[in-house]
Amino acid sequence: MGLYTYDGTFEGLLTVVFEAYERKTWPHTIEQEHLAQPSMFGQNIAVTTDEEKVSRVWKGLQKKLSVGALKALYHTYLWEQPGFEMLLFDYMKLAIDSKECIEDNYAASCVLRVQQAAKQMFREKHRMEAFVRFQKTADDLYYATISPDFNVLPLIIQHFEKRYADQRWVIYDTQRKYGAFYDLNAVTLVNLESQPDKRTSSAANNIFSEEEDKYKQLWQVYFDHVNIPERKNPKLHLRHIPKRYWKYLSEKQPRLQLETK
Amino acid sequence: MESRITEKLKILADAAKYDVSCSSSGGKRKNENKGLGNAEGMGICHSYTEDGRCVSLLKILLTNHCIFDCAYCVTRKSNDVKRAAFTVQEVVDLTVNFYRRNYIEGLFLSSGIFKNADYTMERLVRVAKKLRQEEKFNGYIHLKTIPGASDELIKEAGLYADRLSVNIELPSEMSLQQLAPEKNYSEILLPMGSIKDQLILAKEEKQLFKSAPAFAPAGQSTQLIVGASAENDHQILQLSNQLYKDYSLKRVYYSGYVPISSDNRLPIITEPPIIRENRIYQADWLMRFYGFNVQEIVDEQNPHLDLDIDPKLGWALRNRHMFPVEINTADYEMILRVPGIGVKSAKKIVSARRFTPLNFDNLRQMGVVLKRAKYFITCQTKTMYRQDFDSQTLKRRILFGDGSVRSSLLTQQLDLFKQVG
Repeated sequence: MGLYTYDGTFEGLLTVVFEAYERKTWPHTIEQEHLAQPSMFGQNIAVTTDEEKVSRVWKGLQKKLSVGALKALYHTYLWEQPGFEMLLFDYMKLAIDSKECIEDNYAASCVLRVQQAAKQMFREKHRMEAFVRFQKTADDLYYATISPDFNVLPLIIQHFEKRYADQRWVIYDTQRKYGAFYDLNAVTLVNLESQPDKRTSSAANNIFSEEEDKYKQLWQVYFDHVNIPERKNPKLHLRHIPKRYWKYLSEKQPRLQLETK
Repeated sequence: MESRITEKLKILADAAKYDVSCSSSGGKRKNENKGLGNAEGMGICHSYTEDGRCVSLLKILLTNHCIFDCAYCVTRKSNDVKRAAFTVQEVVDLTVNFYRRNYIEGLFLSSGIFKNADYTMERLVRVAKKLRQEEKFNGYIHLKTIPGASDELIKEAGLYADRLSVNIELPSEMSLQQLAPEKNYSEILLPMGSIKDQLILAKEEKQLFKSAPAFAPAGQSTQLIVGASAENDHQILQLSNQLYKDYSLKRVYYSGYVPISSDNRLPIITEPPIIRENRIYQADWLMRFYGFNVQEIVDEQNPHLDLDIDPKLGWALRNRHMFPVEINTADYEMILRVPGIGVKSAKKIVSARRFTPLNFDNLRQMGVVLKRAKYFITCQTKTMYRQDFDSQTLKRRILFGDGSVRSSLLTQQLDLFKQVG
């Protein structure tokens, strides 16, 4: 048994799998290098990501698993919840050691947990696709911030790229401090030095286009008027949009009052 | 300017909200022209109203001026409400600007009948055409078809829209005569039939020529109002069943009648029949996804769905001889009929049992809800209950026993009955 450390990348994790098989030393813990505390028991093994080893493990998995299951593994990596490295390791080991394809064996706990992690990821991804609200800046850039429970930004890029092919946009993850920027040709990952924050000062408002408030207000008006008060059902409402998502939604912000001209 | 458009939006969103359809799925329109929008994937609810309904489309009327006087409708001629009308350009601007900010999946456009059917329909089509051609808009468009509009206009509408719908609203000809004197069944079914024919035609052409234009790729739907007229659940579901079969509708929506109107042709109710509406939806799902026949859900002897329990449980309680079902050997179709087990759980069970015989713990871990199912299944011949319960006892146990709580809505409505009685 050993404590494996890796560089925090998905490829690094695959390298750990390779090393574990080569050494016949199974990990009891897998940790990112900069977080790891040396263990008093067993070996400490620091793994360096190696392209060659990565591709051998991945090719091995491709023979055992469907594209959907491979995707679920990557999504579990982005899920980032405590213990995800060991969970992924257990799943990959089970897949490699079994003659049959194990991906539908929900009676095995690692298969079930990966499936559940992938489901949580799917939900969060879907929510971000729904709840992202762009604000148009004065230089025609559509800007949105998110801080999702899991690292779903890499998974939503394609959706927005297809949808908003004719407008420049940025989606910035304020928690993980990186964003995606589309410039009408391609998406690049960016780190903004200072991100516009609508709450900081009234001066910040100037960065948004003149019509921005108009459409935000129209949207709020629309939201209030599609509601049927006779059918009020706060429990159902909250089940669909839990409060932690309200920060994204312009319709859930204080009502804008525009001067009537 | 701003305040004018705000005012219009208020009036015309208010007037459109009783149309419950909000689906934005089933379109296959891809963004291939580097334009705006993409409607190839699943539908997205961008928000939810405080009544818990999905907000996916900008749902508005082009105008609420109307020459008809349907008793159930807020927009009826005799009703004293503010009237307004959008211009074509205003609707286009709203749609595009909402879409660009990721507020919506697209547009749902309906209208009061202005002058005559063709005049109104022509304007609806013009909005869709402008969005598609001038704005290169590939988002979702749902257009209402005005009964009595010409075939050519309907055909053109289908070229730009993803979905077309004609609302039947009242589930029988008799109610229609009483509550909507200007309408009749044949006039409503006519456009529905011609949309169906166009859908088939477009499909055949598509098989011959790949470049043949798509016609309303997300199909057609309709809506029935529940509780504004005297029809029972059997009549309503029978009608839906027929519509699914004869007109190959994608969806029939049910709208529990909201007492918005003081028209004396209507029954006096204080609350919309939300639970009844919910049970009818559950029954509709049983017909479409669970392989149930309408006769198994309601018939002449049991014309009403039980409000206390869902219709699948109701069926199971009437058919105790079919149970218990052995999870490890039963057909998928039969597992799907177990109360509390849905399509996803049934599929998971069928695939997991190939690896190992399943027990109750496995089911629980897989996320199968056993609250109702446990009374109807065995795992490796074991049951969770020694004694046999009769159907009445079972129903009571499921509703009140085992620490189960009644749905808050049900309690609410039961309390109301108490107040009345």
